[in-house]
This record gives sequence, C-alpha cells and structure tokens, in this order.
Amino acid sequence: MFGFVLVLVLVGMAVGVLIGNGILGTLIALTIASVTAFVSYWKSDAIALRMSRAVPADPVVYKRLHNLVEGLCIAGGLPKPRVYIVHDPAPNAFATGRNPKNAAIAVTTGLLEKMNRVELEGVVAHELSHIKNYDILVMTLAVTLVGTVAILTDITIRMMWWNGGRVARAGDRDNRSNPLALIGIALLIVAPLLARAMQAAVGRRRETLADVSAVQLTRYPPGLISALEKLQADSTVTHSASMATAHMWIEQPLPGVNDTGRLGFFHKLFNTHPPLADRIALLREI
Amino acid sequence: MNALWIVLAVVVLLVVWVVVSYNRLISRRNEVDNAWSQIDVQLKRRLDLIPNLVETVKGYAAFEKSALEAVIDARSKSMSAGPGPAAQGAADIGLSGALRQLFALSEAYPDLKANTNFLSLQEELQNTESRVAFARQFYNDAVERYNNTTQSFPGLIFAKSFNFTDREYLEVEAAAAIPPSVKF
Repeated sequence: MFGFVLVLVLVGMAVGVLIGNGILGTLIALTIASVTAFVSYWKSDAIALRMSRAVPADPVVYKRLHNLVEGLCIAGGLPKPRVYIVHDPAPNAFATGRNPKNAAIAVTTGLLEKMNRVELEGVVAHELSHIKNYDILVMTLAVTLVGTVAILTDITIRMMWWNGGRVARAGDRDNRSNPLALIGIALLIVAPLLARAMQAAVGRRRETLADVSAVQLTRYPPGLISALEKLQADSTVTHSASMATAHMWIEQPLPGVNDTGRLGFFHKLFNTHPPLADRIALLREI
Repeated sequence: MNALWIVLAVVVLLVVWVVVSYNRLISRRNEVDNAWSQIDVQLKRRLDLIPNLVETVKGYAAFEKSALEAVIDARSKSMSAGPGPAAQGAADIGLSGALRQLFALSEAYPDLKANTNFLSLQEELQNTESRVAFARQFYNDAVERYNNTTQSFPGLIFAKSFNFTDREYLEVEAAAAIPPSVKF
C-alpha cells in the first residue's frame, strides 16, 4: 500500500515539474488519489458488482449455494455476505466489499453448472478467505490507485503537447531547459507499468494465501484442487469481467493468457494470478 | 531528574504491555464462548426440527419403530446432557447417528421418499447437520487460538495470575467415524 502511495506522489511531483509547479502537482495528485480512494472505499462493491452484471441470488432458486455459503461462514466465524449470480457460462467467482460486514460474493452460472458440491465449497471458501483476510479492501484500493496513476500520467503526457498550459516559454531557445523534466517524463512513462506490476504482485501473493486459508475452512484440499483443475481445463473466457476487475476473480479472466504453458518473465510480472498449475502444486503439498 | 523520567517511561510501557496482553486473553476467551454459543444455535435448530420429522414418519405404520424411538431417545438425551464440551459432544454424536440411521432406513420406503414434507425436513436436517459440523470446527479453531495464547509466553504469565484456564476441544472424529448400520 505504501508503495502505491509513493508511486502516486512521485507521479504528482513529475507532473508538477512538467507544468512548472512541483507543490501544485503533488497536491493535485494527492487530492485525486484521496477522493478516488474515499469513493472506492464506500462504493467499490456496488461498482464491481454492476460492472460484472451480477444480480442477487434468489434464496429459493439458489438454495444450495446459499446453504453452502452459510455453512462455511459458520466455520470461519464470518457474517454471511450478500450472494450474487453472474449469468456467464464460464466458471468463475469473485468477492468484493470493504470489510466482512459489508461484503459480497458473486459466482457465475457456469461455475454452478460445472462444479460438484465439494468443488463449489472449495471455490466459495477461497472467496470467503479473501473477505476474511481483508483482501477485498486492499484489492479495491489497489485498483483505484492504479487507475489514478494511469489517468494522471495520461493527462500530463497529453498536456505536454500544449506546452504545459503556459502561453510562452521565454527560455526555450536558450540552454535553460529543466533537466528534472526529463526524469519526469521517464517516470511518467514507467509509472503506469510500475503501478500495474505492483497490483499484480499484491494479487498473486493474496491468491496463494486465500487458497491455503480456503483449505483450512473446508478441511478438504482435494475439493479446491479438483475445482482448480476444472478451471484449468475449461477454456471459456469470462466475458463479464473487465480489465479493471481482472484481479478479483478466482481465475484470471483474460483471454490469451495460457495458464498451462510456461509464461515469460514479463508475462509473469503483469499477471494478477499465479499460474493455476503452481497453485494446484502448492495445494497438493498440504 | 533524567533517571526519574526513564523509570517512569519503563513503568508506563510495562503497564501498556500488561493491558494489551490481558485484553488479548479476554478477546480470545470471548471468541471461544461465542463459538460455543454458535454450536448451541445450530443444535437448537436441529432439536426443533426433530418433532416434525417424528410426526411425519409416524404416519407410515410400517416404519421401523426402533429407529424412531432411537431418534426420540437421542433427542431427549441431547437436551438433558450435562454442560461441557465432552458430555454435550457425545450426546450430539448419538443424535447424529440416530438420524443418519433413520434416513438410511427411509430409503426402503418409497411412499415416505415421495412425501414432500419428509423430503424438505430431510434437506433441512442434513443442512443443519453440516452447520453443526462447521460450528464445531470453528469452536475448535477458537479453542486452539485461545489455548495457544494462554500457553505461550506473554499470555502464560497472565493466564496463571488471572485464572484463565485452558478449554477442552470437541473430540468428535472417533464417534462420527462409526457408519450407520442398516438392516433390512
């Protein structure tokens, strides 16, 4: 979290150097960051659910799912989160919210069709672990800050075409250009990548942790293992997920990412999830 | 003068440390109590469902009287079981076993299997059964955390002086491992 704020402040300073007022730029960045963080703290679950087109799960139609969630919540000592359904044939699930009292968990219809009871239990336990470990809050804040960095750098780089909003630059022809500006430009170019890499790193560590905590809840590693294997074998892409919510799902929902093959260094750097094969291997050791 | 301040700072730090450690013990113990009452909630739910089940099954004259009586008997035993995890646990396992026996026997009665009332009761009871199991698991996790705190270093000192005694685990595995016997 500290890393994110640092990157944000650095970006703000770079913006400031480029428009010629360091403090102003930093202040603008901090203001934007705190506003977005505040909004995302209160509204993130609603936004994420809306973006994924999730609808509340009917307690009669989806009785099995409701019962399963209730049971696992008792095991974890959690209040029952709101349960949502995403109409999507690809098996996937995610959790969102800001704390265990204000949390929601969403599963796709594809998941309900393709998983048996123990597998579904493993997946739900994984999502509940995200709630219990406050991953949902960290992830939401991460995605907001990453977005802010992206917007800021975008605006600044565009502004540079228009001379930073200043009418004229008297010293331009003389040899008085600001060397800091060069560093600023470099930083602006790298920042979005850096922010995304950090988002990915946070996500990957927490996925593994959630897998392990899920097994602690169900006391049955084979359930989650076979669920992950089914996810691995399934090639349907989750259409309801967008780039911004990619890190929240149990399986990375992006197309073109091959989880079975060995990924290159750069691919690994920006993946929000560890490869499924690695996660399965880790669970087998338990 | 300086030495006085240092002594004062050390005393304040010590007091803070004692308060924090004591509060941790308290919250862990409350967690155990809460987990215990969670089991009770689920057990009560199960006990309340059983009279309905008995009424429904009684209608089928051919149904094994002994299985029904075993459930009724186990229910009253569970209701009058003494306090403490060990006694309560044993009584509940008895009830779980009797219920499983009854449901296993019901397989042989197609009319009963077709009764929607019976089916929904069976579904409810099986759900409650798994909730009881989850609540027990949560209780044992809470006891583990509590006992770890009272038995390991800073907690150890306060546990002795403030009378925090270790809690019992619910041992259910052995009894639950016996499968229901079905005779046709």
